[in-house]
Amino acid sequence: MEGAVAVPEVIEGEELAPTEKPLTRVPLVLNRRSYGWLTERIAGAVENRAPRWWWVAFAVTAAIAGFGLFCLGYQISTGVGTWGLNHPVGWAWDITNFVFWIGIGHAGTLISAILYLLRQKWRTSINRSAEAMTLFAVICAAIFPGIHVGRVWMAWYLAPLPNNYGIWPNFRSPLMWDVFAVSTYFTVSVLFWYTGLVPDLGTLRDRATSKIKKFLYGIFALGWRGSNRHWRHYEMAYLLLAGISTPLVLSVHSVVSFDFATSILPTWHTTIFPPYFVAGAIFGGFAMVLTLMLPARALFKLHDIITLQHIDKMAKIILLTGSIVSYAYAMEFFIAWYSGNQYERFAFWNRVLGPYWWYWWVGMLFCNALSPQLFWFRWCRRNVYVVYFVCMCVNAGMWFERFIIIVGGLHRDFLPSSWGLFIPTWVDIWTFIGTHGIFLSLFLLFIRFLPMIAMSEVKTALPESDVHAQHPAGAMEKEHA
Amino acid sequence: MIRTPSGHKVYAIGAEYGSATELYEAAKRVRDAGFKRWDVYSPFPIHGMDEAMGLGKSWLSAVVLIGGITGLLTAVVVEFGPSWGLYPLIVHGKPFDWKTVPAFFPIMFELTVLFGAFSAFFAWQIMNGLPRWHHPLFNWDRFSRVTNDGFFLAIEARDPRFSEMETHELLVETGGMHITIVHEED
Repeated sequence: MEGAVAVPEVIEGEELAPTEKPLTRVPLVLNRRSYGWLTERIAGAVENRAPRWWWVAFAVTAAIAGFGLFCLGYQISTGVGTWGLNHPVGWAWDITNFVFWIGIGHAGTLISAILYLLRQKWRTSINRSAEAMTLFAVICAAIFPGIHVGRVWMAWYLAPLPNNYGIWPNFRSPLMWDVFAVSTYFTVSVLFWYTGLVPDLGTLRDRATSKIKKFLYGIFALGWRGSNRHWRHYEMAYLLLAGISTPLVLSVHSVVSFDFATSILPTWHTTIFPPYFVAGAIFGGFAMVLTLMLPARALFKLHDIITLQHIDKMAKIILLTGSIVSYAYAMEFFIAWYSGNQYERFAFWNRVLGPYWWYWWVGMLFCNALSPQLFWFRWCRRNVYVVYFVCMCVNAGMWFERFIIIVGGLHRDFLPSSWGLFIPTWVDIWTFIGTHGIFLSLFLLFIRFLPMIAMSEVKTALPESDVHAQHPAGAMEKEHA
Repeated sequence: MIRTPSGHKVYAIGAEYGSATELYEAAKRVRDAGFKRWDVYSPFPIHGMDEAMGLGKSWLSAVVLIGGITGLLTAVVVEFGPSWGLYPLIVHGKPFDWKTVPAFFPIMFELTVLFGAFSAFFAWQIMNGLPRWHHPLFNWDRFSRVTNDGFFLAIEARDPRFSEMETHELLVETGGMHITIVHEED
């Protein structure tokens, strides 16, 4: 125990001298908030009447989602020809959107699983909403491969089910791996998220004022009563779910990248794709987490729970993963030159100077590689407007990146006579916008009906929750092995 | 079966504590007094409480290991059965022998994870006796704060060492407040 070390009372990180940092910690919940305050603030967001902005926002996103669903129905009933797909571009916005959405999901699992294993307590303020975001992003992602096959009603052929034709799927195909990876990812994310929710559903049950609410929250709370004999198994289950979700999340985007890497197209056929895709997914996902969290933090006045310290740390992860991605971009060019392969070299010249040149200059170079470099500066990491600007750049940039990889690899293939461009139709465009409507509508419903911050977890980050430490000032977050 | 003078069956005697630390110290006292059928209740898991209560490691991990192995074996059957028995599929003239086994690994991995996760999910509920939507402790009005900011300790009447007076005394000594007899039914 380092209880003998005299530590000054610290509320704001700015007051720390750099040499003191290993000994003192800025509290994760500011202003010495109590358990009751946390419950009131977080559960209150669900229990109070919906604010007017919520209804306006939900009406808009639900309308967009509705039109997106109409586009899906139109595409299914008419055929894939309603999209702009043609030779040579047979994969375009559909698969771009799929990779874009599935990538966004990865940040949620990183926060809930990997940061849990690394004992990063700051994750408790953001894990619940990031996990919810994961689920909604994976729902949006799953739409695209499902419908771009053309005959959705035959999608059950993807499953290895006995059928009267005696046909079985090819288990050695990356597309088949993808089916298993994405469906496993979604299922495990739901189980993990719901497991984390149970104690908080108990809180909502115990605070419910109407019979219907008490009944519904009570059903889903499974009769949770905070017993330590229960916490014991529960924490072990949570740890194991985190442990198995960690390789899972790394596998999902690796498998997505295999869809490309196992082909023989220049720019696709490359071994750096798995780590490159995983880093890009976490990069884009954290940008989306902040895109959702910063407004939620302001609207529900959660500044004491999601502090500048949290935003600072997320910005650092964006900087790290963004730099890994930038390194991968640079390495692709180097290998294209170093390989001496003329098709590979042409494909990368074409990326920079070809018809989609500005996608690369704006999307990949400015948005993905350069804009996160602002986060080297502490002031930028702690200014919510700068953070929001960078996050919007990254959101857009990551979509452009996938478009460049997919369409950029296809539109000028080995036979110049078959070169062509991809022209999206209104159905392409509105299906993509529609998935944003679905995503945001689901997120708005989530913050309306479920606690957006994991109350039972954030309470463990309060100093008085640590029964082993002496608290000279009561505001110190002490670490013990 | 212990009953109150008004005829209610007694489930337990419960006490509330002011903080996680007080509850932790009280748990050590109750453990040392030799009680077996008792529990503490808190809004969040308290680090070190398992030792304070004299509980060992949770064996849920064994269930998850079995679940994961089941998933792996399921994948082996589901993949090799069709691919090497029912419906051999040669694509692009690629080789079709034991050296291609790594191409089957991703699905084996995914099903291992999937079955492991389901076993963790169901094991924590079954090992905890959940879902159980009603419980005698819910008859205690103060207990609704357990999911907010309340810290509780309850010693069940069926514990062989339970005696109304002495158990009450122990809870008072450990700093318990609002000491209450909790009824088995409403």
